[in-house]
Amino acid sequence: MIDWVVFVVAGAACLAGALGVIVSRHPVHAALNLVMTLFAVAVLFVAQEAHFLAAVQVIVYAGAIVVLFLFVIMLLGIDRQEDIRTETLRGQRPLAFLVVALVLAEILLLARTTWVTGADSLVAAASGPGSNIAKLGELLFTRYLLAFEATSVLLVIAVVAAIMLARRAPEHPDDLTGDEGQVEGPGPSAEPVVAGAPGDAAVPG
Amino acid sequence: MRVPGAWYLGLAAVLFTLGALGLLVRRNVLVMFMCVELMLNAVNLTFVTYARMLDDLGGQVVVFFVLVVAAVEVVVGLGIIVAIFRRRGTATADDVSLLRG
Repeated sequence: MIDWVVFVVAGAACLAGALGVIVSRHPVHAALNLVMTLFAVAVLFVAQEAHFLAAVQVIVYAGAIVVLFLFVIMLLGIDRQEDIRTETLRGQRPLAFLVVALVLAEILLLARTTWVTGADSLVAAASGPGSNIAKLGELLFTRYLLAFEATSVLLVIAVVAAIMLARRAPEHPDDLTGDEGQVEGPGPSAEPVVAGAPGDAAVPG
Repeated sequence: MRVPGAWYLGLAAVLFTLGALGLLVRRNVLVMFMCVELMLNAVNLTFVTYARMLDDLGGQVVVFFVLVVAAVEVVVGLGIIVAIFRRRGTATADDVSLLRG
């Protein structure tokens, strides 16, 4: 009984947050609705005995990623609201609804057949003695060690990419990114970047 | 009494389609990114549900890796958005049309 209550409440919060992300006109409101969905998904993880993943979900998603979103919203100063009623690409919105409805119908149609096929507990049993986090950690450092190390390389690449992308415009304006600004011509957006490039390049770091 | 796994999978399917709908309908790049996160979360929920139904921890390990990749994707994606915004002064998908034929 209590399982059903948890499922219904968390599921409703999950879907309400997802709807809020789609319909809210202000990006900050969308981010806050996203937090609600992420928390609800964490609750659903707990309900399915994935305790470690629930904690990671709250820390990484609701903690780090949404804060990153909010930080970028603040940094860019996108405080103007988007008018979501107008449609710039004609016919895009009905087509989007149609495609999404088709996908949902297909998934739910498949739901009428058997969900799960195959053998149980091929990697390691989720139930049984021992805590969830201990068993998960043992798997990560034995069977999935190579993938684990690969993700660390991926994280290093992401850090380097973030630093490269967040730098100011390059010193030489005939670089690839500088070219784009020249093609654009003396537009209102391209001008301050090109003008500010030599001065900013003199500043170390 | 436990909730059957099929209910969780149905919920994940609806969540995924909501994320896809938002990605197709919205034009603010940041909100589109949030919709990608919704879809990733729906798939994570599916993995955890299958891990429970099959009594197999492999599904939970996959979710762990998906979390790492999602974090990387957000960092690089937001970096690109900031770079575009600096150059163009806009964060709307319609305005970035340099490659339009």
